[in-house]
Amino acid sequence: MSRLIEWIDERYPLTKVWKEHLAEYYAPKNFNFWYFFGSLAMLVLVNQIVTGVWLTMNYKPDADLAFASVEYIMRDVNWGWLIRYLHSTGASAFFIVIYLHMFRGLIYGSYRKPRELLWIIGVVIYLVMMATAFFGYLLPWGQMSYWGAQVIVNLFAAIPVIGEDLSIWIRGDYVISDTTLNRFFALHYLLPFILAALVFVHIVALHKVGSNNPDGIEIKKGPKGNRWSPDAPADGIPFHPYYTVKDIVGVAGFLIIFLAIVFFLPEMGGYFLERPNFEPANPLKTPEHIAPVWYFTPFYAMLRAVPSFGGTQVWGVLVMGASIVILFFLPWLDKSPVKSIRYKGPIFKVMIALFVIDFLVLGYLGMKPATPGRTLVAQIGTIYYFLFFLAMPIYSKIDKTKPVPERVTQ
Amino acid sequence: MSSEGVDLKKRRMLITATAGVGAVGVGFALVPFISYWQPSARAKALGAPEEADISKLEPGALLRVKWRGKVCWIVNRTEEMLKDLKENTSHLVDPDSEVPQQPEYCKNWHRSIKPKYWVAVGICTHLGCSPTYRPELAPADLGPDWKGGFFCPCHGSKFDLAGRVYKGVPAPTNLVVPPHKYLSDTVILIGEDQGGAA
Repeated sequence: MSRLIEWIDERYPLTKVWKEHLAEYYAPKNFNFWYFFGSLAMLVLVNQIVTGVWLTMNYKPDADLAFASVEYIMRDVNWGWLIRYLHSTGASAFFIVIYLHMFRGLIYGSYRKPRELLWIIGVVIYLVMMATAFFGYLLPWGQMSYWGAQVIVNLFAAIPVIGEDLSIWIRGDYVISDTTLNRFFALHYLLPFILAALVFVHIVALHKVGSNNPDGIEIKKGPKGNRWSPDAPADGIPFHPYYTVKDIVGVAGFLIIFLAIVFFLPEMGGYFLERPNFEPANPLKTPEHIAPVWYFTPFYAMLRAVPSFGGTQVWGVLVMGASIVILFFLPWLDKSPVKSIRYKGPIFKVMIALFVIDFLVLGYLGMKPATPGRTLVAQIGTIYYFLFFLAMPIYSKIDKTKPVPERVTQ
Repeated sequence: MSSEGVDLKKRRMLITATAGVGAVGVGFALVPFISYWQPSARAKALGAPEEADISKLEPGALLRVKWRGKVCWIVNRTEEMLKDLKENTSHLVDPDSEVPQQPEYCKNWHRSIKPKYWVAVGICTHLGCSPTYRPELAPADLGPDWKGGFFCPCHGSKFDLAGRVYKGVPAPTNLVVPPHKYLSDTVILIGEDQGGAA
């Protein structure tokens, strides 16, 4: 065995990679609950790729056959219902895990120097994920698939001058059609592999700068020397076995909840699988109420909140786009002298708490039909969403912070 | 963080137990993914037993039916054909059908339930072509000893009128006789044993 490894090592840096990224990758010893979600996101990505590939073995990307082929998977294929529910529940689980992962970064300042690029790669991953989810949602060819895609593609039509031609180019037709379904299928199959590549880049970036931690202290700048190595950070422990074992516990806990939903609540009361989608796509009839799947609704609420003026509805599209783009600038918006929420002052804590509530309220509003009252709340919510980011350079600077200890706390 | 007082034996036991339970879990998780590749309920329904009406099958004629997407033959063999099957066996690899290429109830000299009607899967046991039915005696291309049978155009394998393979041809075994039964004197059900489903 050791001779085989030697043979490989001379030709491929197997042991080197193992040591650098697992056995001798020193992560801060004070990781908590919030640090489960990175590895869980990878688990869900693998689940999505494997179940997705399995689904394509019976799925037909054809407007006349797609809906029936999904039902065929559900009824006739051995365990097809399980594979499909793993995939559809996995999509929602992916966003839950990623939102919690992003929230972790937000509260512990994991986007701050030197991790700006790590954060930016993460936002790119989030964007690709949203695109993947959007393309995938058309594939079952139900009513919500069809009309959801119709609305989202028409967002591009709102762009002045080129909009109309752009939306036709995206669809390859004048309406969402068989052509659109075919290309969305191709892209839905492609993007997860790009996601996997981006995750690799994300981890390379992470291991270059080292993991942040709940105290926001740079363990590499602290004292050296631990049980395993005299040069390693004193507050670091080897990723393997310490965090691999911890992550396995996270995986077990996650799978219990995830599979309980897969087995007992796969539709999640219409939130994970929307009811109109059990009806085949009908280009002649829009469902009474259409809404995106829950993970897009905060952004959808912002889109709807902005009224058209000057003869164009492009403003809502711009606001929605900006709500994502602004995430790229987060590393430079936070001017606080400390990273972690543990040492940040009351203003920041209140702002973050309100931001969480705001995001949830916007998500709720995005699922509900618009009324004048709800639109007003969505408008206030939209303003606060941007205020949280745009005013951050001011409130993070004036906020009272607590002194940061030299070493990580237990 | 101290390494003193570590019970290595206990640790090893715990690691083994955890890995063992995990392996069982992975094993269970693999079942749906593997089973997913099996024929679906639709494929199974399409592969259901097939009825064949032989009331209009002339002596010496061959009827083709599709069962599970494969061609099946039913041959109405004449008295002369049957006589030859019983007596002329020296050129055959497995005249007594020792290789289980047929249900037990067809392991006899005529390889069928009733001697007259022979049911077979019309696929060569060599590489899967469908042999042609050549009932004529001693045609020019098959030589003077040909007593009627099946000739595979792909690689030249020869079978007699009970699907028994000739010596010296590429096909290794006799043609397959599928499970079948008589629903009446004139209707055969292919795909189901006399006892029950195949």
